[in-house]
Amino acid sequence: MKHLLSASDLNYNSAIRVLDTARELSLVTDRPVKKLPTLRGRTVVNLFFEDSTRTRISFEAAAKRLSADVINFSAKGSSLSKGESLKDTALTLQAMGADAVVIRHGSSGAPHRLASAGWIDGSIINAGDGTHEHPTQALLDAYTLRDHLNGGVGDLAGKRIVIVGDVLHSRVARSNVILLATLGAQVTVVAPPTLVPVGIETWPCKVSYDLDAELDGADAVMMLRVQGERMIHSYFPTTREYSRRYGLNRQRFERISESGIVMHPGPMNRGMEITADVADAERSVIVDQVTNGVTVRMAVLYLLLGGFPDDSVDSAVESDQ
Amino acid sequence: MNESKYLIKGATLPSGESADIAIADGTFIEVGKAGSLDAAGSTVIEATGLQALPGLVDLHTHLREPGREDAETVYTGSQAAAKGGFTAVHAMANTDPVADTAGVVEQVWRLGREAGWCEVRPVGAVTRGLEGEHMAELGAMAESAAGVTMFSDDGKCVSDAVLMRRALEYVKAFGGVIAQHAQEPRLTENAQMNESPLSGQLGLTGWPAVAEEAIIARDVLLTQHVNSRLHVCHVSTAGSVEVVRWAKSKGINVTAEVTPHHLLLTDELAATYNPVYKVNPPLRSREDVEALRAGLADGTIDAIATDHAPHPTEDKECEWDAAAFGMLGLETALSVAIHTMIETGLLDWQGVADRMSHAPANIGRVYGQGQPIATGNAANLTLVDAATKWTVVPRDLASMSTNTPYKAMELPGTIQATFYQGVPTVLDAQLAQQKRSEA
Ligand SMILES: [Zn+2]
Repeated sequence: MKHLLSASDLNYNSAIRVLDTARELSLVTDRPVKKLPTLRGRTVVNLFFEDSTRTRISFEAAAKRLSADVINFSAKGSSLSKGESLKDTALTLQAMGADAVVIRHGSSGAPHRLASAGWIDGSIINAGDGTHEHPTQALLDAYTLRDHLNGGVGDLAGKRIVIVGDVLHSRVARSNVILLATLGAQVTVVAPPTLVPVGIETWPCKVSYDLDAELDGADAVMMLRVQGERMIHSYFPTTREYSRRYGLNRQRFERISESGIVMHPGPMNRGMEITADVADAERSVIVDQVTNGVTVRMAVLYLLLGGFPDDSVDSAVESDQ
Repeated sequence: MNESKYLIKGATLPSGESADIAIADGTFIEVGKAGSLDAAGSTVIEATGLQALPGLVDLHTHLREPGREDAETVYTGSQAAAKGGFTAVHAMANTDPVADTAGVVEQVWRLGREAGWCEVRPVGAVTRGLEGEHMAELGAMAESAAGVTMFSDDGKCVSDAVLMRRALEYVKAFGGVIAQHAQEPRLTENAQMNESPLSGQLGLTGWPAVAEEAIIARDVLLTQHVNSRLHVCHVSTAGSVEVVRWAKSKGINVTAEVTPHHLLLTDELAATYNPVYKVNPPLRSREDVEALRAGLADGTIDAIATDHAPHPTEDKECEWDAAAFGMLGLETALSVAIHTMIETGLLDWQGVADRMSHAPANIGRVYGQGQPIATGNAANLTLVDAATKWTVVPRDLASMSTNTPYKAMELPGTIQATFYQGVPTVLDAQLAQQKRSEA
C-alpha cells in the first residue's frame, strides 16, 4: 500500500497492523527520549489547504518523533488558491523530494487527484478532504475504542457503536463507518433524515432517526460536530430542536453500557450536540483521542514509508497519468 | 461560388442503396445508381463501402467566442464540427458578452460565414445577461441578419415560471422555440455529480434527477397552456424520457435532445475524481443510459446534440469541485452514435440520419439542411467509414481544447469527407486545405 486515501484502502489485516504498530510505538514514546530514527532523511510535507491546527500538529509531532524532516506547507491565506495551484504545488513538492504528503483539502477527492494524476511520486495521506473521508481520524477512533473496550488488542467484533449527527457533511462519519465495520463492529448511524446521505442503505451500518431507540447498552457513542448554520438551510428548524432530539445529555449518556464511552472528533459545540457535563465526564475519551492521534499517525507514516508487507495490501491507487 | 464538380462514386445511402452522387454549384445535381454517372470534368471520390449521411446538424454547441477564445473560437469550433461530419451548428448564447442582442448574434453569425467550415446558427439568450430576470430582445434577434429562431439561457435554467411562460408566448410571433436547460436551481446548489449512493460515498454534492424532471414537467404543461413550442436540451434521466413521452402523447409541441456522452458514459466515472468527467447535467446511471437510448430509438427523443463544451486545460486539471462543467463532443458524436445506437441495433442508418440531421434541422428551422441526399437538394453531406475504428487522441482533435472524456477509447466510424454547400470541408479524413468563403 502506497497511499492512504480512504478507510476502504485498509482491509482487516492492514487495519489491525496499523493499530498494533501504533500500540508498539506508544510504548516507545512513553520513554523520556521520544524519538525513533526510523524515518531519518525522509521528508514529510504537511500540505494544508484548510485550517486545522490540531490535525497538522498531530501529523507534525508524529513525523518528528520518527525523525523525519517536516515541511509545513500551509496554503490557506497564501497566494495559493484553488485550481491549477494543486498541480503546481504538487510539482513543487515533487521537486523538493517529498516522500510523503499529508494533505488536508476542502475539496472531496483532492488527495485522490494528487495520488493519481501523475504529478508526484510520494505517498499521499488524506488528512481530511471535503465531505469525503478522514481515514486517520477513523484509525485513531478505532485505536481509542480498542483501548477502552478490548484491552488494546484484537478487533472490535460485536461492539455496538452509535455515530450521531451530521453524517451528510461528515468525512469523519464516512471513514468511521467503513473502518469500524471492517473491524467487526456493529455500527448504527443516527441523524435527522435531512442529514443522512442518499444511498446510505448501501453503507455497512444500520440507520436510525431516533437517538433514544439506539442508546441502551451501546459500547460507544460518537458525537459528530453539527454546525448551527445548517438550520439556515433547513436541515433542522432550530439548534434547540436539534439538541433536544439528537444531543447527548446526561440522561441519555446514562443509558449506554456501564463501560461505554463517549467520543467526539472535535472541535465540539458544547450545548449543541453534547452537553458540557457529558463532554467532561470520566467516560468521555475525547482527550485520549487527541493523544492517540499522534501514535496512530506515526504508525501510518512508518508503514507507508517503510512498506506494508504484501499480504495486507488491499487496494492500490492506479496511476492515470 | 466554387466551380468545382465532384462525383462521389458508390456510396451507401441511408436507405442502404449504393449510389453515385454528383455535386456542382452547391447542390446534388444528380443522385443515381452506383456506376451510372459520368465522371467527366469532375473530381472523383471513390466511396465504395462508405456510408453517406446528410450533413449533420448540431442543436447544441458552445463555440466560446466572443469572450473565451482561449477555449475555442468560431473558427476552430466550426473546424471541429466539419471533422465530425457537421454542416451546421447552433452556437449557444452563454458567451461573454452574452448573445442577447442583435449585435452579438450577428457577430457570431458573421464569424461563422467568414470561417466557412459549416453554417453557424446563433442561439439567442432568453433573458438579458442570462440572469433570468428580464426578457432579452428576442424579436430583434429573430429579425437580425442571423435570423435567430432558437432561444436558450443554456448553462442556466429559465427557472422563473412566469418568465418561462412569457418567453414561450412571445416567440410565437416569429415562429421561435425556447430551448430549456432544465435544472431546478435550488435543488442543485453546488451540485457536482448525479445524486446516487456514489455521490454520498464520494462526498460530492448530488444533482438529483428530480431537479431536471420537475422543470420539464412544468415546461411541457406551460407549453400546452400557451400553445407554443418547447425544446428540451440534454435530457439525462429515465424520468425525463417518461415525461417527454407523456407530453408527446398529449400532443404537446415538445422536442428533446440527448448528448452522446449521456448515451454512453455513466456516473461511476466520477469515482476517479477526474474532472474530465464533470458535465452538466451530470453523467447518470446505467438505467438512465438505457432509457435514453430507448427514448432516442422510439422517437421520444428527437435528436442527438453534442453540448460540445471546450475548456482550457487549467479549468479541468484541478480539484473536481473547482473544475468547469462540460466536455468536447463534435468530433466524437457520430462515432458514439454508431457505437451506442447502430451497433446495438437500436437505430439503422436512416434513423441516425434522422436524429442527427433531419430532426435537428427541423427543430432549428435550418433552411437547406437536413434534407435527403437527392437530386436538387443542397449538397450537405458526410461520408463515414463505419468499418474502421479509431483511437481518440485529445491533441489530434481540431478543437482548441482537449477535454474529451473518450481519451484513449477506441470508437467506430471515421469521417472521410464532409461537403458543406457543395464544397469539401473534409477530404481524405483531413480538413480541406483551401479556405472557403461564401462571400
Ligand atoms: Zn445546458
